[in-house]
Amino acid sequence: MSDFWSGWITVISLANILACYWLIKWASKPSPNEAAQGDVTGHKWDGDLEEYNNPLPRWWLWLFYFTIVFSLVYLVLYPGLGNYKGTLNWSQTGQYDEEIQHAKKTYDPIFAEFAKQDIATLAKDENATKVGQRLFLNYCATCHASDAGGARGFPNLADNDWLWGGEAAEIKTTISDGRIGSMPPWEAALGNDGVKNVTQYVISLSGRDHNAEAAKAGKAQFDMMCVACHGADGKGNKAMGAPNLTDNVWLYGGSAGVITQTIAKGRTGVMPAHGDFLGADKVHLLSAYIYSLRNQ
Amino acid sequence: METQNTYNYTVVRQFTVMTVIWGIVGMTVGVLIAAQLVWPALNFDTPWLTYSRLRPLHTNAVIFAFGGSALFATSYYVVQRTCQVRLFSDKLASFTFWGWTLVILLAAISLPLGMTSGKEYAELEWPIDLLITVVWVAYAVVFFGTIMKRKVSHIYVANWFFGAFIITVAVLHIVNSMALPVSLTKSYSLYPGAIDAMVQWWYGHNAVGFFLTAGFLGIMYYFIPKQVGKPIYSYRLSVVHFWALISTYMWAGPHHLQYTALPDWAQSLGMVFSLVLLAPSWGGMINGMMTLSGAWHKLRTDPILKFLIVSLSFYGMSTFEGPMMAIKTVNALSHYTDWTVGHVHSGALGWVALVTIGAIYFLVPKVFDRDQMYSIKLIDTHFWIATIGIVLYITAMWIAGVMQGLMWRAVNADGTLTYSFVESLEATYPYYTVRFLGGLLFLAGMFIMAYNVWKTISGAKPASATQSA
Repeated sequence: MSDFWSGWITVISLANILACYWLIKWASKPSPNEAAQGDVTGHKWDGDLEEYNNPLPRWWLWLFYFTIVFSLVYLVLYPGLGNYKGTLNWSQTGQYDEEIQHAKKTYDPIFAEFAKQDIATLAKDENATKVGQRLFLNYCATCHASDAGGARGFPNLADNDWLWGGEAAEIKTTISDGRIGSMPPWEAALGNDGVKNVTQYVISLSGRDHNAEAAKAGKAQFDMMCVACHGADGKGNKAMGAPNLTDNVWLYGGSAGVITQTIAKGRTGVMPAHGDFLGADKVHLLSAYIYSLRNQ
Repeated sequence: METQNTYNYTVVRQFTVMTVIWGIVGMTVGVLIAAQLVWPALNFDTPWLTYSRLRPLHTNAVIFAFGGSALFATSYYVVQRTCQVRLFSDKLASFTFWGWTLVILLAAISLPLGMTSGKEYAELEWPIDLLITVVWVAYAVVFFGTIMKRKVSHIYVANWFFGAFIITVAVLHIVNSMALPVSLTKSYSLYPGAIDAMVQWWYGHNAVGFFLTAGFLGIMYYFIPKQVGKPIYSYRLSVVHFWALISTYMWAGPHHLQYTALPDWAQSLGMVFSLVLLAPSWGGMINGMMTLSGAWHKLRTDPILKFLIVSLSFYGMSTFEGPMMAIKTVNALSHYTDWTVGHVHSGALGWVALVTIGAIYFLVPKVFDRDQMYSIKLIDTHFWIATIGIVLYITAMWIAGVMQGLMWRAVNADGTLTYSFVESLEATYPYYTVRFLGGLLFLAGMFIMAYNVWKTISGAKPASATQSA
């Protein structure tokens, strides 16, 4: 802020506060020619509307003075008058940093202690998974649900079915670096009939009722276009997060309609990276909690 | 009969009746969205019935349709009576009525359709904003024109407040609504980022300060001494609190943006001036309450006076609560919780609506040339139902708000949050139900009022009196 604006703010803020002070000072003094205290002022409106000339209530005056003094003291101590920083040198970013520092000092040792053990060991430690679960509820439950059961488009973490792998290191990478699962749209390449046929073939992979003729036609196209990610047997590929299509577990839904939609329009699933945000130790403990869900 | 010809009561009657009707409409929408928070299925999966679209409809309807009509009605009545002249222009006055009604109808259509500028309490899109500006200028011409040709030398205190309200709302509306239209139904604010937020809350808080406070203090200053039949307690106090109030309110907006991207200095000034605002606000309360000194017994028998005086108690309470909530430390707890909603409604229902209702009960027999309201007993019933409704509403929201604030900040020994957001929502459910009931009671009172007003206007024989005029 330029010196001009800083000065402008300072002057008009103080002027308004001091004007309030002057106003009550002025109004507390009787002026010449006025009506006696407790008498009406002598003006009359609409037949019977009048005003007493009573003095300002004393307790109210003190309240007013008190708030004026308080505000002036506050503006000396804290930033308020333009660029003036206040004698306490307080700022909201400063307060934030202080609170973060305090939190780090208090809580980091707890997580550092857990980080000394490997994930498989922590997953069996009830105390560790309890803290891990709290982290989960704070940071993960919004998408993956409080029981880790997931939601449409957000994987179930408790079903032992892993898109990106369920080993300790894989889970840790997923949390720390995030994942982007991308299924491209195939509508243009396959055409309407092609999409329908491949849909029937995908349904057949998990052994469900399907149109055999369409599935047969679909298989030919699946073998050309889908195997690169989902594999020749349709069991998927954890390296690129391509789902296993044979286990009847569906991220976006397994009905013919939804599968058609998935094939035609594609899907993008995003797991945000939490490494920088949570720090390595918390990611480690969180991984242990997720890992502990494997055996449930 | 002389007064019927001397003064323009037509426009007063129109706005008086619409105050009751818009009150019912706006509060019905409020009760509906309160019910949606308890039973979300009540939006019937229909876009224009969703909470997000009806909430601005509720706020616009109660503030500008109900509150606005009340202010038009009372200011037109008061300025004529206290200046002893007819309104400056009957045609312009009539234009303000039909223009304002058109604004409200356009709001009732455009908001559920999802057309919004996204600015709280100023959601209406630019063509409606322009119409508001034209109507408001006409209002100012009628009001100040009447003041100019007054037959009494001094301007009565109620008119100072009405005048300040009219001028300031014009300035607020124009500055805050500055936008770049991209189509007939969409525009974007001229201000960027934090500046936009500051302009918005400069407007937003002064909408409270001038629309919902100064204007209604104008009502208070006429109808309380009239109903009590005694002079205003202190002329001196009215001078001091008028000037202190209008100058200090201007600064209070940033308290809506504590701990945000707004610079520290602006946040501090918002807090400091909000605290200084306490005494000027209470000045109005004291002046109204003390007018009753020596006549307190009237409260027992006069339900109109009950409305007026209890409204001042709520005014005093919420103008104490406001400065407290502006303190950064308190705000860190209260901000974004239902405490704010409770605070707003203790002001809106307790102060604005009660003082309006009292004034309307006073006004209806006067401007429709009846001896008194059809049923004094129903006014009393209305008073108690409304008061119980408010108490249920605000206590539910206080408890819910403080609870939410405490739950959101609670941490475990390991630094993790004790509660997830959903848990705080779950804990709030019972209070949402109580709030819904409180709102429903208040709305029920409005229906009683509508019945009573209807009976009075249609000339039914007063329930207890001998013969109506």
